[in-house]
Amino acid sequence: MERVPILKIGDILLVSIQVDMSDQTALQLQEDLAERIVATGSHGVIIDITALDIVDSFVGRMLSTIASISKVLDAETVVVGMRPAVAITLVELGLSLNGIRTALNVERGMELIAAARSDEFEEDDQLDDAADAETTASP
Amino acid sequence: MALGAEASGRLAALLRDNAEQVTKRWTEIVAASLRGRLSQAELRRQLEELHRALVATGEQGTIDLDTEHATELRAVLAELSRGWARQGFSATETAIAVFALKDALLELIEARGGEGALRDYVAFAGLIDQMGLFTFESFVRTRESLIADQAEQLLELSTPVVKLWEGVVAVPLVGTLDSARAQVVMERLLQTLVDTGSPYAIIDITGVPAVDTQVAQHILKTVVAARLMGADCIISGIRPQIAQTIVALGIEFGDIATKASLADALRHVLRLSGVETARRQSRRDA
Repeated sequence: MERVPILKIGDILLVSIQVDMSDQTALQLQEDLAERIVATGSHGVIIDITALDIVDSFVGRMLSTIASISKVLDAETVVVGMRPAVAITLVELGLSLNGIRTALNVERGMELIAAARSDEFEEDDQLDDAADAETTASP
Repeated sequence: MALGAEASGRLAALLRDNAEQVTKRWTEIVAASLRGRLSQAELRRQLEELHRALVATGEQGTIDLDTEHATELRAVLAELSRGWARQGFSATETAIAVFALKDALLELIEARGGEGALRDYVAFAGLIDQMGLFTFESFVRTRESLIADQAEQLLELSTPVVKLWEGVVAVPLVGTLDSARAQVVMERLLQTLVDTGSPYAIIDITGVPAVDTQVAQHILKTVVAARLMGADCIISGIRPQIAQTIVALGIEFGDIATKASLADALRHVLRLSGVETARRQSRRDA
């Protein structure tokens, strides 16, 4: 059975789907990814679907599930590299991949995750400031 | 109207025996109507070819444009009218190229005289009329295919995707948006997003004369598809009447940003992407 490799780049896990997704491969990917997120403590998952010619409702649901799983494990999921033809097909089918963030390419995806993380930290800082009145305001 | 086997034989013989004279006279008449827009030699060559095809068909028996053995004659006629249509000759000029054979034949038959000359001439003239009609039809077909080609080129020309800023592309839509054009626009825009890696796209509908539910549907689909790919779309150039139509039709743009002008849309996008714009202080104030 084919397995989809999961690469760790800094704080982010990169999943590049290069094969046609079967039920088995998809389930295996969900399992592997959940394990890796916990093992590495990553806060971002990028799923690259540049190589996918066909995204049907099954793959769409798989992406949603992975996004939900990652969310529970406190990791942001971004789907990147969707082809124009795939996007048009999904729109025609009426599938809008709710709850999934998208970016044009891996680079933009990483920026998106970094931005989301920095927002969180700023909020954390503000909370800390409010709680800790004696500490001077951080920049 | 078909020409009987006997008459065909007579016509073929007449044309063959007087080949030089017929083509010369024929060329003269046609050249007069063209007023020098096609060289004499080229015209002569084309008419000689037609003459040859006519003789060859006549020698095989009945001349009838609808039958199998007139294939070559049909091909020559079609080739002639195609060429003339592409070179911009009018339908009349193309038809005259065939009908001029009548005059050339009339002179021959008159010179020959004899019994049945009139009957022969009427029969030949019928055949030539048929050839003329066939020529005319191929002429129209060629023109129609030319128009179809041009419509396609127009489709290509009318949907450019322009880069406005680093990471911002715009599609200025001009003209009525039907399904075929909407599809082309969508594909072109999405492909440009991928090629340039732009996270923002502006669809400007200033040049769209009317927005109905179908056009709105096409635009919405494009926006959703761009979102799926990770790019944000802004719709700009909504004229007052169009805004009223949109509201009257109950079209919901949801959370898609809409702006009145392209400038507003660009400013909006620049703010989103964190670009600061400031007017430089003029020299007078400094």
